[in-house]
Amino acid sequence: MNELLKFDEKLFKNQKRKAQEFEEIAIEIRRDIIKMLFQAKSGHSGGPLGIADIFAVLFFGAYMNYKAEEPSWKERDRFILSSGHYCPVLYSALARAGFYPVEEMATLRKFGSRLQGHPGRDMGLPGIEASTGSLGQGISIAVGMAISDKYLDKNEQKVFCLTGDGELQEGSCWEAAMAASNYKLDNLCWIVDNNDCQIDGRVQDVMNIYPLDEKFKSFGFNVIVCDGHNFEDIISAFEQFSNNSKKKIGKPCVIIAETKMGRAVSFMEDKHQWHGNPPNEEQALIALKELK
Amino acid sequence: MNQYTLLGKKPTRFGFGEALVELGEWSENVVVLGGDITGSVLTSFFKEKFPDRFFSIGIAEQNATTIAAGLALSGKIPFFSSYSAFAAFRCADQLRLSVCYNEANVKIGGGHSGITVGPDGATHQSLEELSFLRSLPNLTLLVPCDYLEAKKATIAIGKSFGPAYIRFGRSPVPMFTKEETEFEIGRANVLRKGSDVAIIACGIMVWEALQAAEELQEKHGISAMVINNHTIKPIDVKTIVDAALECKTIVTAEEHQIYGGMGSAVAEVIAKNYPVPIEFVGMKDSFGGSGEPEELMEKFGLTRREIVLSALEAVKRKKKNTHSYKNVVDVAV
Ligand SMILES: [Mg+2]
Repeated sequence: MNELLKFDEKLFKNQKRKAQEFEEIAIEIRRDIIKMLFQAKSGHSGGPLGIADIFAVLFFGAYMNYKAEEPSWKERDRFILSSGHYCPVLYSALARAGFYPVEEMATLRKFGSRLQGHPGRDMGLPGIEASTGSLGQGISIAVGMAISDKYLDKNEQKVFCLTGDGELQEGSCWEAAMAASNYKLDNLCWIVDNNDCQIDGRVQDVMNIYPLDEKFKSFGFNVIVCDGHNFEDIISAFEQFSNNSKKKIGKPCVIIAETKMGRAVSFMEDKHQWHGNPPNEEQALIALKELK
Repeated sequence: MNQYTLLGKKPTRFGFGEALVELGEWSENVVVLGGDITGSVLTSFFKEKFPDRFFSIGIAEQNATTIAAGLALSGKIPFFSSYSAFAAFRCADQLRLSVCYNEANVKIGGGHSGITVGPDGATHQSLEELSFLRSLPNLTLLVPCDYLEAKKATIAIGKSFGPAYIRFGRSPVPMFTKEETEFEIGRANVLRKGSDVAIIACGIMVWEALQAAEELQEKHGISAMVINNHTIKPIDVKTIVDAALECKTIVTAEEHQIYGGMGSAVAEVIAKNYPVPIEFVGMKDSFGGSGEPEELMEKFGLTRREIVLSALEAVKRKKKNTHSYKNVVDVAV
């Protein structure tokens, strides 16, 4: 196999960083995604590449409290991947944070792997908080966790959850939104990957969900719209959530991240055809050349 | 002689509701989610006693089921209850993935189950859910036979780890088990010894089976064993096979479709281990309708009469050992 397609050993710390420092991390995550999907020969490229910048800040900018060496640390914040098919980006972030060995990324979707095609808790990959993949459920799991933290354990811990935009067509997402607001879950940060793409095409053509900001506002959310590829903007979004959560504003937070599916790989960017396909070797090598 | 006599009538949902309060006292981790109909499924008892551990989710069963998974993944022991018509089928996906695949310690109370819902009619008479639920990996599935057993079963699932579903009903039904009657998840109870035919029943059909056994003895000189098969999953293979070995023929009886229910589970065990003739009593591939519980049980063939006739047929088949081409839902009437 081409040397370029091997995983390098770099790990990143979860610490306060300047905006430009996230660039390197996001590139590393995108490179992992390309390598993993090439090796798996199936899986989703577009969404994970598009949300990599958000993951770089969330996992490595000290906005989420965790201990990679102690995944079930009682005081941790939790992350739920409601859009389970985005798992390559989560697997990369977990590996780069030191939850499990980076070389294991090569086993994505393979028989017996802890890196299942959609996150499966049963395989015991450290950092996987819930099995997800049937859209519209992870966000309700996150609401349950946030209720537990706020009302039962009465701690200051936070719950983060990513859904897609097409995923918002699932009615249960709005049941979750209703409950999050009803229970004033200011410890919940819901990230929507608003790339306006889903398998069949543009979200608005498949089933219009917009305007999203107004919908969430009317549901009682503190709505933050950010450019999901601008680190200053992403940092500011997570800062706002952290501050509001500390202040206990009594409202859940949604960060609507404006992103491009397949971001930073020229032939994939903003192309819904790359929702559910992996690159072949030639495409992978071109992508890796671009990701530097 | 029957050692079980009628002690009165009470809905099984009271056993569920009262048990939740006991569980609430037992552990602070026990929490309950409401789906608006708390006064019907009697999660209201818990709500009154432990308001800080009760969360109203509204008429949103899928959300409640999945929020329960989130609570369970946070170390809590969440119970959610709605009518089985919704708690099972509307939430099929959520139960499969968020609860069972996650192996989340979620407990579902499926209320208003079966034909005895009565006047509410077919829309609310859940008669199919066991078929789907018993195919879910990791799920414990219980159908208690009376008020007291519903209480014991609810406490048992609350105190053991893992996803569980308990099915109970709306209307008052015979009470006959006692404090000292054994209850253990996965252990079917032989309520009456017998040697000619084994009647394996669950839910309200257990009382009917006991009455049928009396009639079989008195009118036909047939000795019927009666088994309360309250745990549909994990099913008690030993007790079922031993009953087949002893009686050489079986009748199953349940307030549920014949297709895919408890009887089907028994048939799988028997086919695998020691094939003997089986007759099935249950809903014969149809929806229910409005009426009083007794009228409906009569109309849809869920009484001791069908059990007796099926037992006679079962005994006949054991002796003749011939074949037929009857439909599975072709019940002797
Ligand atoms: Mg999308």
